[in-house]
Amino acid sequence: MKQNEQVPISLQDFTAGLWKENPVFVMMLGLCPVLAVTNTVENALGMGIATLFVLVCSNALVSALRHFIPKQVRITTYIVIIATFVTLVDYIIQAISLDLYNKLGAFIQLIVVNCLILGRAEAFASKNSFGRSVVSATGMGLGFTLALIMLGGVRELLGAGQLLGYPVFSDQFEPWVVMILPPGGFIVLGCWLLLINYVKQRRSTSAIKQELAASHCTVPQRH
Amino acid sequence: MNPESLSFIFLSAFLINNFVLAMFLGLCPFVGVSAKRDTAFNMSLATAFVMFISSLCAYGINWILTSYQLEFLRLISYIAIIASAVQLVEMVLKKFSPTLFRALGIFLPLITTNCAILGVALFQTARQYDFFQSIAFSLGAGAGFALAIMLMAGLREKLELSKLPNITQAAALSMMLAGILSMTFMGFAGLGGQI
Repeated sequence: MKQNEQVPISLQDFTAGLWKENPVFVMMLGLCPVLAVTNTVENALGMGIATLFVLVCSNALVSALRHFIPKQVRITTYIVIIATFVTLVDYIIQAISLDLYNKLGAFIQLIVVNCLILGRAEAFASKNSFGRSVVSATGMGLGFTLALIMLGGVRELLGAGQLLGYPVFSDQFEPWVVMILPPGGFIVLGCWLLLINYVKQRRSTSAIKQELAASHCTVPQRH
Repeated sequence: MNPESLSFIFLSAFLINNFVLAMFLGLCPFVGVSAKRDTAFNMSLATAFVMFISSLCAYGINWILTSYQLEFLRLISYIAIIASAVQLVEMVLKKFSPTLFRALGIFLPLITTNCAILGVALFQTARQYDFFQSIAFSLGAGAGFALAIMLMAGLREKLELSKLPNITQAAALSMMLAGILSMTFMGFAGLGGQI
């Protein structure tokens, strides 16, 4: 625990959560809201911002209190801290937009059991300085929001022919209703994962090929 | 069918609005513990039991909180109940079935963060179910969770024997399978539609 105290804040803390360790596509954390509320971009954005807020606030508090929380009851303490911020968000969203609140439904309160938040509190915030925890949580939260929007965009575009409520295609377009329904969520996430795996695999094979080509070129020179 | 009747509430949570495949609750264990059929079965039993207990307690707690107008404490008290119920199951299992306790391992404490359980407590409050309706709802939800995770485990055991392209590694294939399963479950909507 001690050796992490002196590490300064770096850009890497921030960017890791955005893509390299993206909570949804790489770590597969917090999948329930990812699939449940991404039938439109608007819902996805609302959910993403709510999660970002809870993630940053709870990780900041956990990190600030990390020397005072006894080890035996830490998980319970984290859950109570998270539940407090979720209750806050719940009331704030009700005050700002009742329409969004009704669309997201119980999933705002279910942020409490989003494994991403508890996971980051346990794995990062409880071991690192306040500044680093806030920066890392912001990166993770933005990565989560990005993933939600990537799913919501595809589902809204194909399922309703709209983007953020504006029609994209002409009237002849027949919406793929299944994309808005539950199966669409699973299938779109599956397709994104397949695409990401494909890109990763191509990159690694092209890296190997380059290495082979480079070594092949050097071989004749040695003779 | 009368939407208030116990049998409809049970069927709705079990098939029509299946907790995993239609409501997207409890996906972490659905992806994480569905590799082997017997672990999946034990896991779903433990989850269903915790669901039942916490639904009963949530009903009582909600009654107390509303009578003192302390609704803003609902979320925190529900999560505390679920954590204690999981602790209880853990202790009972350790005492009476150490083999099962070891088989479930790390997934047992993780039941606390299974959103399906908090989901049962929150939905029964939002829909203002009475005591018996809550029982029917939690039993249906537990059975639905067990059905979904067992189906998935069966499919994944079969898939281990088949040749697959490299890019379908990890969770990508599970997601596609879940999508197909979810599509078949949409057929049950004919039983009574969405609530």
